[in-house]
Amino acid sequence: MNAIEIKNLSYKYGVGTPFEIKAVDNISLTIHKGEFIGIIGHTGSGKSTLIQHLNGLLKPTSGEILINARNIWLKQVNIRDIRFEVGLVFQYSEHQLFEETVFKDIAFGPKNIGLSEEEIKTRVHRAALAMGVHESWLERSPFDLSGGQKRRVALAGVIAMEPQILVLDEPAAGFDPYGRDMVLKKIKEYHESSGTTILLVSHSMEDIVKYADKVIVMNKGGLFLYEETDKVFSHAGEIVEIGLDVPQITRFARLLKENGIDIGEDIYTVERAKERILELLGKAKK
Amino acid sequence: MKLKIIKTENLDFDYEIYDDKGQVTEMNPALRGVNLTVQKGEFLAILGHNGSGKSTLAKHFNGILTPTRGKVFVNGIDVSDEEKIYEIRQTVGMVFQNPDNQIVAAIVEEDVAFALENLGVPPEEIRERIDEAMKLVDIYKYHKHAPHRLSGGQKQRVAIAGVIAMHPKCIVLDEPTAMLDPKGRKEVMKTIKMLNGKGVTVVLITHYMEEAAQAERVVVMDKGAVIMDGTPKEIFSKVERLKEVGLDVPQVTELAYELKKEGVEIPADVLNEEECVKSLINIFK
Repeated sequence: MNAIEIKNLSYKYGVGTPFEIKAVDNISLTIHKGEFIGIIGHTGSGKSTLIQHLNGLLKPTSGEILINARNIWLKQVNIRDIRFEVGLVFQYSEHQLFEETVFKDIAFGPKNIGLSEEEIKTRVHRAALAMGVHESWLERSPFDLSGGQKRRVALAGVIAMEPQILVLDEPAAGFDPYGRDMVLKKIKEYHESSGTTILLVSHSMEDIVKYADKVIVMNKGGLFLYEETDKVFSHAGEIVEIGLDVPQITRFARLLKENGIDIGEDIYTVERAKERILELLGKAKK
Repeated sequence: MKLKIIKTENLDFDYEIYDDKGQVTEMNPALRGVNLTVQKGEFLAILGHNGSGKSTLAKHFNGILTPTRGKVFVNGIDVSDEEKIYEIRQTVGMVFQNPDNQIVAAIVEEDVAFALENLGVPPEEIRERIDEAMKLVDIYKYHKHAPHRLSGGQKQRVAIAGVIAMHPKCIVLDEPTAMLDPKGRKEVMKTIKMLNGKGVTVVLITHYMEEAAQAERVVVMDKGAVIMDGTPKEIFSKVERLKEVGLDVPQVTELAYELKKEGVEIPADVLNEEECVKSLINIFK
C-alpha cells in the first residue's frame, strides 16, 4: 500500500513578487507503507520544502500530495487530521521544548489529539522508552538535560502521537559519533517494532545508507535519483558531480577500480569492502 | 628550538553546581591533570566525544575559564592574571560551533569590525584590517550583505574574519563545522588550513575524524584527561582504543585494520583513499 504519493509537485516561494523562486520542480514519487527512506541533497536543493508538503505545512503551487491514498488538499479532508497522521520533526528539535517537565513536554501532542489521561500516560512511557529517555528524567525540567538528551525528548514528543508516517529533518545534526549512532539506532529500532513509515533527511550519506532501504537524492529542486540503497552508488560519479559527499569507502572503491582492481559499485560499508577484497585476494592466491 | 604558545600544567577544572540559595552543592570535575603544550605555528586537533572535556579545555586557552587547580600559560602569561586578560584574548581568538550565536551586527563588515571598535583602534586602521581579514577568508564580496542571509559556511567565515582582524597568534575553533553542510564544512576547513599556512597556530576541536586527519598532531581526550597525543597516523592506527572511548576512525583506516586482522599485510596507518589504494595495489601485485 502507498503511504505517500506525490504527483507532479511544484512549489514556488514569493509568487507574484520579484523574488519568486521555484524550490521544488515537478516531483513525482511513491513511498510504500513501512519503508525507511533517506533523503539527501545539499542546502537549497529543496528537501526541506518537499518535506513540509507532507503534512500540509506548505500547499503545492501545482501538483498533488496523497497521504494514505487521500488527496490532502481536497475540501472534505481536514488538514489537522493529516498533521496527526504525519509527524514532522524539524532540525534542532530540542529548541521546541517548552514545558515544565519532560513528561508534560512529551504529553503535549497526545493531549492535543484529545486522548484520555490513561492513554496519554501509556504513550508517554512508550515513546520515552523508544527514544531512550530515562524514567527518572520524566519529572525533571527538560532544560536541565544535555543537548542530546533534549533532542531525544523532542523526538519522543512526536513519536508519542504515534503518527503513521514520521519525517525527521537531520535528527542527529551536531552530534558526536556516539550520540549520532545512538539516536539513529533508536529510530531504526522504532521503525522495526512499530512498522511506521520513516523519512530521514540527512547531509550524511554514510548515515543514510546505514539505515534506509531507499534513497531520494534531490538537486536544484528536482528529483535527481530515487533508488534502492544497494543501487545508489552505481551513480557515485553523478552524486559527486552535484556536490554531495559519498562515503569515504565508496570513493576508495572507485579509486581502486580506476587502478584496475574492481570490487564492485555497491560499496558503502567497510564490511562489504573487506569481504570483496578478501574474495579477490583468495582468487588471486590460487 | 620550537616556541610554545600555550602550555597547561597539571590543569584541573571543576564545574560548580549551585542550589537555589547560591551555595555550591557539588563539584563536577571536567578536567583532570592536563599537561599539554601547543607549539607556535602548529595545527593541532583535539578529539573526544561529548563530555570528554575538550571544550572546557579550549575555554582555558583564552581565559574564558580559569583553572580550579594548576596553571595555563598563553605566550608565557598566566591566564589567571585578570589584568592581562585583554592581552591573552588578543593572542588567542576563539570561534564557536554555532555561527548564529557569534554574529552581532546587521552588516558583515560591521560584524568583522566589532572587536576592533571595542578596542578603540583608529577608524582608518579598522578599515584596513577588516578588508584584509575579509579578503583572506574570501567573504569580501559579501561585505555589505546582511549576515543572516549567508550560508552557514559563509557565516562561520565571517566569525573567523572577526577573529583574524584582531591579528591573533593562535585561533581556537570549537567544533566550527558541526552545524554546517558538507560544502560549508569544506570551505571552513580550507580557510583553517590556509590560515595555518600563513603561520597562525590552529587548535581545532572536532569530532569529524576526516578533519582531524588533516592536522599535524592529534590529541584525544576522555573523561577530562588527555589519553593520546601523536601524529594522525599514530593516533588513528589505534582503532580499538579509539572505539573504546566512543570515537570513529576514517573508514579506510578501519578497512586496513580489518584486513590486517584477516592476515592481509597492509599498513595499519593509512588515513585516506589514496594511501589505502596504493597499499592494496602492492598487495595485489
